[in-house]
Amino acid sequence: MTELRERIQEVIQNEPVALFMKGTPQFVMCGNSDRALRALRKAGAPVTGVDVLADPAIRRELSAISGWPTIPQVFVNGELIGGADITEELGASGELTRVLEEKLGADYRAEAEERTASVLTPA
Amino acid sequence: MATEPLQKLLEHAFPDASELRIEDRTGGGDHFQVTIASPRFDGLTLLDQHRLVNEALADPLRDGTIHELRIKTKGSE
Repeated sequence: MTELRERIQEVIQNEPVALFMKGTPQFVMCGNSDRALRALRKAGAPVTGVDVLADPAIRRELSAISGWPTIPQVFVNGELIGGADITEELGASGELTRVLEEKLGADYRAEAEERTASVLTPA
Repeated sequence: MATEPLQKLLEHAFPDASELRIEDRTGGGDHFQVTIASPRFDGLTLLDQHRLVNEALADPLRDGTIHELRIKTKGSE
């Protein structure tokens, strides 16, 4: 397994809510990443953003891990929730809140601080 | 890419679809909205429903023909 793939898997496993996106939560570079981020914010999720544009290899390795071909990808406690459409749909139905409560505990909003994580080795 | 080849792939994967639409969202031939209603989705999670659509369009997704894909799935109920 490549080092990059290991780092991606670490983020997926360790972050309560990992959003692999184009850009960062502070500077979103794609409408679909923005849709997923908005739905997560509205649900009060503690989002950790990972910018896949930092290196084309990230997207390749990520899709190999998840079996999901497009960006963004949302993981909660290590489990793929879906892309922008699913996250938005779950958000609109209220199901997203239920999933977050089930996986992170009822008080998940308490630590709803946005972070960014890098999967690249510092130069 | 025109929508017809993608429509064919989807029709092949979902022969029993009661609704199957693909729209070119921007007119540029690479941003698509797919809407499918099929009994194949019954009992599946939203994630697995979208996986079936992604699998049907795996080739155009892989080679970059599809730059953006929006999916709306419905079961038979």
